[in-house]
Order: sequence, then structure tokens, then C-alpha cells
Amino acid sequence: MFKLIPRENVSPVLSLLGPLFSVGLTMIVGGILFYFLGVDPFAAIKMIFWDPLMSETFSTYSIPQIFIKGAPLILIALGLSVGFKANVWNIGAEGQYIMGAIFGASFALSLYPLESIVIFPAMILIGVIGGCLWSMIPAFLKVKFQVNEILVSLMLVYVAEQILALASLGFLRNPDGAGFPGSRNLNQYTSASNAEIIAGTGIHLGVLLSFLMVIFFYVLLFRHSLGFKIKLLGNSPKASGFSGDNPNKLIFLCLTLSGSLAGLAGIMEVAGPAGQINIDFNVGYGFTAIIVAFLGRLNPIGIFFAGIVMALTYVGGELTQFMLNLPAAAIQVFQGMLLFFLLSFDLFVHYKIKLKGNK
Amino acid sequence: MNNKIENTLFQCRAINKEFGNVRANNDISINVRSSQIHALLGENGAGKSTLVKIIYGLLQPDSGSMTFLNEEYSPKSPKDARALGVGMVFQHFSLFEPLTAFENILVGLDKELGEKELHASVIMLSESYGLEVNLSSFIGDLSAGERQRVEIIRALIQKPKLLIMDEPTSVLTPFECESLFKTLKKLASEGTSILYISHKLKEIADLCDTASVLRKGAIVGEYDPKKMTPRELGEIMVGQSLFEPKRPVAANKSNKVLSVKINEVKPDTQFGVTLKNIDLAVYQSEILGIGGVAGNGQEELMQVLTGEKKDRNVSIKYMDNDIEMLNPRERREIGLAFAPEERLGHAAVGNLNLLENSLITDPKKRFQMKMGFIDFSELNEYTNEIIEKFNVKTTGVSALASSLSGGNLQKFVVGREIGQKPSLFIVNQPTWGVDALSAANIRQAIVDIANTGAAIILISQDLDEILEISNKVAFLTNGNLSIPTNTMDIKTDEIGAIMGGISD
Repeated sequence: MFKLIPRENVSPVLSLLGPLFSVGLTMIVGGILFYFLGVDPFAAIKMIFWDPLMSETFSTYSIPQIFIKGAPLILIALGLSVGFKANVWNIGAEGQYIMGAIFGASFALSLYPLESIVIFPAMILIGVIGGCLWSMIPAFLKVKFQVNEILVSLMLVYVAEQILALASLGFLRNPDGAGFPGSRNLNQYTSASNAEIIAGTGIHLGVLLSFLMVIFFYVLLFRHSLGFKIKLLGNSPKASGFSGDNPNKLIFLCLTLSGSLAGLAGIMEVAGPAGQINIDFNVGYGFTAIIVAFLGRLNPIGIFFAGIVMALTYVGGELTQFMLNLPAAAIQVFQGMLLFFLLSFDLFVHYKIKLKGNK
Repeated sequence: MNNKIENTLFQCRAINKEFGNVRANNDISINVRSSQIHALLGENGAGKSTLVKIIYGLLQPDSGSMTFLNEEYSPKSPKDARALGVGMVFQHFSLFEPLTAFENILVGLDKELGEKELHASVIMLSESYGLEVNLSSFIGDLSAGERQRVEIIRALIQKPKLLIMDEPTSVLTPFECESLFKTLKKLASEGTSILYISHKLKEIADLCDTASVLRKGAIVGEYDPKKMTPRELGEIMVGQSLFEPKRPVAANKSNKVLSVKINEVKPDTQFGVTLKNIDLAVYQSEILGIGGVAGNGQEELMQVLTGEKKDRNVSIKYMDNDIEMLNPRERREIGLAFAPEERLGHAAVGNLNLLENSLITDPKKRFQMKMGFIDFSELNEYTNEIIEKFNVKTTGVSALASSLSGGNLQKFVVGREIGQKPSLFIVNQPTWGVDALSAANIRQAIVDIANTGAAIILISQDLDEILEISNKVAFLTNGNLSIPTNTMDIKTDEIGAIMGGISD
């Protein structure tokens, strides 16, 4: 019936318009969805995209919240984007995020109530290592046995979730917590608390690090030979080999970067906004970050803005939940639409559709 | 004889075909007479393939008309074309490898024919036209020449009045070419006209009665190849006068640059070729040409030489250093340079711009500053230099490699490597698919660096190219390399024996 024909000249303007177009289309189709859920679509869209930034009632709370929710998305998406550029598909950042949190928190809580200035940086480092180790499993299996990293990294998310449950109910359970699941609150442990750096906002070190990482990754990808090697591998493994690069080393590098950043996001979150290891600690940042990476065109600057937009849908989504009684799932559908429209738009940018003749 | 010439079999008038903004065929009219071998001559991209696809019903013209046997002819599909008496043998065979030769002929038939009846007529065809094929052999076990014979039988069984042959000799050894020409001449003498597509000038002079020359989608004229030199025909084909690069003056025998000894190297895939008994050396200021038909180990040898494939059974000595375990980057750092056959996706990457493509090979770390940061001003300068020196037609350094034509990209790739001033340059198929003028320029550039002292290994399937600029030649057959001989001492019939002799 239909046939896809690759376009010879892909318009760079159209390619940049993709993310904007998909946000716009998501608003329209999301609005229709909200209408059928019995909510005024204009009010809902305004509450998601406008009120968190502009409304006097909400903005003092929600603007910092956007950065707090955006930070893990940006951190994870930056790491993932490097792999995606090299055709290394780590989609298990959620698991690496969980393991970063468990590693870092376990270390800090094992020292409780000892106070020392060394604990906080050591905890972050161990969190990063935790995330990295979890991504080394798919890296090793891919390089050694050519096992598909998509499956391994995804399945390891569910393993990590089980370990999270085990930690919450078992080895990290708060001994003073009256038997409730969940660890001690790290915010009440001065040496391990990822406290706010601007009073009253909740903005923590992770937000600052997410900004710095945007710059770091920009330089890495566009100014450093390593970024070029990654791009070369992603575009043509054969040319990469011809250049003299070892693809296995680059695969390890990509998974190290993405696992480490997911681990960093995890430890920042557990020691900061979340406060404790608990069964419901992970809220899907690791998966949403995949959308952020693509919405940001795998470009660090793009990822920054995409992370902010996505965080906006989280914060605005929460607003619609308690102001308009929209179900939480409606917001998830809304976020999913973003990726869906972006990918479909890309299809039309890169291919034209031809109706096959009646043969 | 005159009688025949007047007798038009096929005619097309004012054929036009556009693809996007490209006019592949522009007002093309040709006249094919009965019992003639009619050459369609032109460079890659001149519009030959488009025209024959229209004649064979694979494409529909935008405008224009055709007549065949004095009747209006407008095939909607190859099936229509075959039914009316037009057959075609493609350059890339469309045979099923797991089936036998006979089964392939059987499944290719449009009409139902009894198996016994078919068998008899196939035997008859193959005997009367010298198309020897073991009918019960599996296609996968046949050589390129045998496969082509199966294709020809498959086309002839339908009794075509016009047979289109698309670059039939590109996969054949000189010996196989000769037997193909005999077949074609016999067919023509018995009344089948042949439309013969090629850009090889010598074979057209040997074989064809008429040549229509195409350039940039339009007909330049109709010529009698028997009355012209191949060079004259070539100049008409490219539209300008050609120069011939001269081989390097003299090799410096005292300075051996590279010696390679391979006992046996197994391929990575089951379709690859095993390299065996290779022993070669190349000296300063010398071009060693390595000829042979495609798929006889060229790709595999190149990979061993670049270091993309490392193997313990290989010994490579470069100026007294053993380098067989070095990777491509390390080999470049000590003065080697490589240009593999596949331009897009191996030597260069289509999705990257020319600056980035310059970065793929950076032996002297010229484009790197401290800590591995990229030196963009140096990179810019070098890339512009290549574009200028090698006359690469492009919009600039930020153009994607995929936006360059094949010839221009090849100039860029060769320029990128030569610009690094290597002591040893190994190149596979430097002028494949490149227009004649650019090809001459590329050959000249290779000769130039040899004259300044570099050693060259030139792997090429273009025999003329090898004979033109190499000091020594050797041939690859089934992964074996013949002993390198001085180009001056070798005779063409010997080459045929070397290339064909060991092959089966």
C-alpha cells in the first residue's frame, strides 16, 4: 500500500522543528484526551505548561521543583545520549539509577551515626560506582558474548527493583522505623544529607551538577576526539575499525558514562528530595530520560531544554492531579505522546511516503 | 551486409526520464538494427542503466516512444518485455544460490514448459552457443563466468530478438571474456541483436558494430568503433581530451619498504576467501599492481594490510619492523596510508561532513591538541587543502560526504591519504566508478608520490589501470597471489592464463 522512500536531502530546519512540533501536537492530542476525561482541555494544558512558571500561587514552589525534577532527567539523558550516538542502546538507566541509590545509601547508612566531612563525597562516588557496575553487566555480555544490550539492561531494571524491595524491607530497613518499610532518612543524617543549597527552594547539588554536566558533555562530544570516535562508531563500525578504534573499548566507555550518570542521579535523589531508600523510590526517571535524550536530539544543550520541558510536565501534571483530578496515568500517556510524535515526525523528515501503484 | 544495416529492429525516440531534479535521460533516440551488436557507451551516471531499464520495462519513460519489430512498444514490466522478445542479462546476477543451474532456468520461465522438453532445449542452446554449464551444479558452487552463462541461457530460452547485456565482462577473467564474445558474435550472426552496455573501450572496438555514446543523459552521437581508436572513443565519452599517466621512473631496489608473507589466513565469514601463499615485497618509488577478478581475496588482503584484521599467520615487515600486530592507527603513525575500496561506510562516512571525515585518519595527531581536544583550525586548513589540490567539487568543508558524487568523494579520500605524505600507500580500486578525467588525475597523484619516494600497492580489478602505472604486477586468484613480474615483461595472454588458470 504505502512505501517509504528515503529523502535525499534532509532539511536541517525541519529536523530542528521536530521537538517543537511534537510538543505542540502533544498539547492538541493530549487536550482531546483530557476532554474525554471530563476536564476542560484548555485549563489542563495551561495548568501543565503555563501555571508552574507564571501563576503567582504556584510558581514559587514549582519553578525550583522543575529544576529538581529536571536534574535527574538531564543527568541520565546526557549519559544515555552518548551511547545512543554510538548505537549502544542502554535502556536500563532506571536500574542503574536504583543501584546508584542503594550503593551510596548503604555505604552512608553503614556508618550511621558517625559524622565526617568525607562521608558525603565518598557516598556520591560509591553511588556512581554502583550505577556504573550495573551497566557493566550488559557491557561485558555484549562485548564477550554479543548479547543484545537492550534486553540485558532492561531486564536488569527488574532485578534492581527486587533488590530495592529487599533493601527497603530487609538490610536497609530503619531499625527505629516501627517496622515500616524504608531506610533511615538521609536528610536527618547530616554527613550524608544532600541538603538544599539555596534555602527554601529544595535545589540541591544534583541540580548544579546537571548544569555542569551539560557543559562537560558538550565539550566531550563536539570538541574532543573521544566524542568524534563515539560518533564514528555509531555511524559506521567499519569506518571506526578502519580509523583504528577498538569498538569494544568504546562500548565499555559509553556504558560506563551512562551507568555512572544514572548512579549519580540516583544517589543525589536518595540523599536529597527522596530522603530514603523505599520500595517506591524509583518513579521512572530512567525511562523518561530516554524520551528526554531523543527530544533533545542527543545534543547536550537540547537535552537541557528537553529535560526542563519534561520536568514541566511532571510538575504541571501534579498540579492537574490535585486541582483538576486528572489521573496520574493521563500524564504518563501525555509524556509518551511526546516521544511518539517526535519519532513520527522524524520519519516524515527522513522519508517520503509514496502510494504504491495498483498492480 | 548492407541489407542488414538498413533493417531496424528496435528504435526509441526522444526518451526523457527525470529523477527529482536529475535528468537521467534527455531526448534519447537510438536505432538498433537486426543482427547487430550495438554498444551503449558512457561513463557511470551517463544514463545507460536508466535507458535499458526503460527498454526492459523496469522503468516507464516520462515521455518519448519506442518501436520494436515495427510496432509500438511500451512494456509495463519485464514480463511484457520478455513476451515481446526482449531479454536482459544483468550485471548483478539474479540467481538462487541453493538451487541448481537447471532449476534456476526452470523457475525463471514465464510459460509452462515440460521439464524434459526444457532440458533438451537447454542442452541444445548450451552446445550450439558454447555456453558450457553443468546443469546439475548448485549455483553457489559456480564461478562468476558460469553463473553468467546460466543467466544467458535463461534469457535465450525465451528466444529474444533483442538481448540486453549490462556490463557483462566486469566479473569475468580475460579467458571467459573471449568465450563470451564468441557466443555473442554467433548470436548476432543468427539474427539476435545485442544491446551491449559497457565503458570498456577496447572490448567495444573488438565486439561491436555500432556504438551510441551517452554523456550526461544525452546522446552524443553514433560511431563505428571499428574505425576509431579506443582513445578517440574515450574522449568522445568524457567530452575532453585525456592524458595518460606514466609509470614511476625507477624503483629503488636497495630500499625495501614492505614485505608480506602469508601462509594461510581464514576468512571471518563463510563467504570470504582464504588467503594462501602470499609473498610480496615493494620497494621505494615502486608501484606494485595487484590485479584479479573481484572476490578473489582483494578485500581480505586489504584488511590484513591495514590491520583491521590481525592474524598470527601473517608476517609483515615494514622497514625492518614487524608490524603485523599493529592496529590501523599505529600503522599510520609509522608512515603507512590506506584507501579501501568501499568509499561510503569504510573509507569515509556519509553522515559526517568533510571535516569529520578528515579526522578518520589522523596519523600524525595533527588535528589534536593537548588532552585529545580537536584542533579545528588545523583540521579546517587541511581539509580545504585536500579540496583545492584534488579539485573536489563540493560546497565546502561542512558538506556531508554523502552529498559528494562518487568520483569527488574518491578524490577526497585519496587526497586525504596522500596529503599525509605516507612512505607506503596501499589503495584498493582507486578509480572504481570514477569519471575518466578524475581517474587519470588520481592515477597521476599516485604516480607523483611514488616519484617522490613512496612505495605503492595498487589493488585494482581494472587491468588497464594496473598495466598503465605499475612497475610490477601480480594477480590474485582464489586467495593465491602469483609471483610479481615486471609489467614490461608480461604479455596479455599470459595474464589470462594466470588469472584463469588457477581459478577452478
